Amino acid sequence: MSADRRPHGDGPHEDGTAVRDPAAQPERTRMAWRRTTLAFAAVVALLARGTLHDGGPPQAYAPAALGALVWLGFLALAHRRIRALDVPRPGPLGTRTAYTAAVCTLSVPIFGVVVWLW
Amino acid sequence: MIKRLWYGLRDPLRLWLAPERMRAEGTTPDYRFSLANERTFLAWIRTALALVAGGLAVDQFLTGLRPGPRAAIAVVLLAGGALCAVRAVNHWLRTERAMRRGDDLPLSRFPVLLALGTAVAALVVVAGVLLGELGR
Repeated sequence: MSADRRPHGDGPHEDGTAVRDPAAQPERTRMAWRRTTLAFAAVVALLARGTLHDGGPPQAYAPAALGALVWLGFLALAHRRIRALDVPRPGPLGTRTAYTAAVCTLSVPIFGVVVWLW
Repeated sequence: MIKRLWYGLRDPLRLWLAPERMRAEGTTPDYRFSLANERTFLAWIRTALALVAGGLAVDQFLTGLRPGPRAAIAVVLLAGGALCAVRAVNHWLRTERAMRRGDDLPLSRFPVLLALGTAVAALVVVAGVLLGELGR
């Protein structure tokens, strides 16, 4: 983020008193998206481990492949939101983004049950 | 009775099916509050992912248990993760709407239930590991 795009109030005032940093809000939200994407990757890796460990016919790998695809989708979603957050006063999270994020998360336990049933 | 049920369900159904209408209500809150709500939503999503990871781990690593109980614990944890994800969106929507309307933030029993559920699941897993070791 370049200095001229930072919201006013960021950094010390002219009189030298430090103010709370409003820019940390988008920053923290950006990192929250990153953490969530990382956690998602770990869960998908565990899902893949389950299918690869069992061996079996090629179609048994389908849930792991779908899980990886869903993770890529989540990564793209997080990336879009992170780009939208890189402005001084970001707009609120869109309901469609929130729904998509939840559906991505919801699909992982479903794949997990599918792996188990296979 | 049916009328009361309908009135009870109408509001959450509307919120779920036409979430964009929420934006027409009230005033846009300070962006910092919206971002805080977004981070809370993401924290709940991570909680859901952690429960799912727990379920997958029980299935893959608790090989000392018999398949029946192992699958039961795993499925309960996976279902808990799914429930947590759905609830994350619901709570985010309700909080966002309450902030727009200037209402109090919604209270929920869910965290207490989740804490109790997690504690019970942890004890069951500990018991499972111990029994698996003893039965060997």
